[in-house]
Amino acid sequence: MTERDLVIVGGGPAGIAAAIAAHENGVRDILLLERDQYLGGILNQCIHTGFGLGYFKENLTGPEYAGRFIEKLHSLKGIEISLSSFVVNLTSDKTLTYLKPGMLSTIRAKVLIMATGCREKTREMVHIAGDRPAGVFSAGLAQKLINIEGLLPGNEVVIVGSGDIGLIMARRFLLEGAEVKAVIEIQKESRGLIRNVVQCVKDFGIPLYFRHKIAKIRGKDRVEGVDIVKVDDALNEIPGSGSKISCDTILMSVGLIPENELVEMAGVKDVNKIFGREACRAIFKVAKLWKIEN
Amino acid sequence: MENRKLTCIECPKGCNLSVDIENCRVMKVEGHKCPKGEPYAVSEIENPQRVLTAVVLSKGLSLKMIPVRTDKPIPKAKIIDAALAIKKLQITKPVKAGDVIAGNFMGLDVNLIATRDMT
Repeated sequence: MTERDLVIVGGGPAGIAAAIAAHENGVRDILLLERDQYLGGILNQCIHTGFGLGYFKENLTGPEYAGRFIEKLHSLKGIEISLSSFVVNLTSDKTLTYLKPGMLSTIRAKVLIMATGCREKTREMVHIAGDRPAGVFSAGLAQKLINIEGLLPGNEVVIVGSGDIGLIMARRFLLEGAEVKAVIEIQKESRGLIRNVVQCVKDFGIPLYFRHKIAKIRGKDRVEGVDIVKVDDALNEIPGSGSKISCDTILMSVGLIPENELVEMAGVKDVNKIFGREACRAIFKVAKLWKIEN
Repeated sequence: MENRKLTCIECPKGCNLSVDIENCRVMKVEGHKCPKGEPYAVSEIENPQRVLTAVVLSKGLSLKMIPVRTDKPIPKAKIIDAALAIKKLQITKPVKAGDVIAGNFMGLDVNLIATRDMT
């Protein structure tokens, strides 16, 4: 079996940064595995500006920000980039099995960095009652459909949760010609950046309801509407405060969970305690943990 | 004299700005924690502007959509019209990030540029 000094799983911002940093620190036998056909991960679909203000002192879009690091990565010798490579197994001795079109490879990593990022929470994870029609999307999936695939998932949209992706998608849907009926947030303030509340929602007069929740999703085949209700400070529904909004699409922007199946597979315990919301910080913690355990 | 409260959107800090306005002109800005705050407040009151980002349909290239942005901010009032105009464009040749897709876009004295390399 081939052995590599360093294997990095994930070619998004964290994986690219890890490869560059490892190279800067003298590592010359690096394999970077990315399941997509391109490097850059989620940055490719984040076409809005706001990236690089700290690092480059410029206001870049996600693809531009990723592009600069990808260019740097390609200029370094000793880094093998393997695209369309999906890791299907990881053992506690850091042996990885990955699938690439037409081949299945096994490789052992002397050091392994997991940069597998996050997945979005779904409707099921936040327990929304009602029918189960088509038309309920996570905000990031809708972002991929519009910005990468060029498909508009709906015409009348209600956004559940006011995370940054939800706020940014409110503006995106509007600029693509859809009507954004409401953003519904159970807390009393947005969980996204205030600048996104201003430039994505207030700029376009999109109604933003705080201390509200979705009581029920309605729709037979496709979403037809939502019932919303006010909640008090203890988040209990206030009787008689309900109202209805008609819509054909619901976006969920209610947080992220780490994609940690592989580390779990390798026997690392309490992965959910290790990972925080910020993927990068979590990766360093996991890298440290690997060092301790191995 | 009118006083208006704004949230600066130049960076994720989101400073709360207090702006004194007289005859549609900004007289005084307070609350900003960096030099970007004051010009933002003046622009936001006197001539609000935003960078527009969108995607353009491609033909014959490896991905269907190519991300673009205006290389400078455009008047906020033109954002929706500009977004509609972008939907009518098509890119048929490989591009590099920074390449001009539409020069002097909509006569606004800005260029629409690609933000991703595409072959």
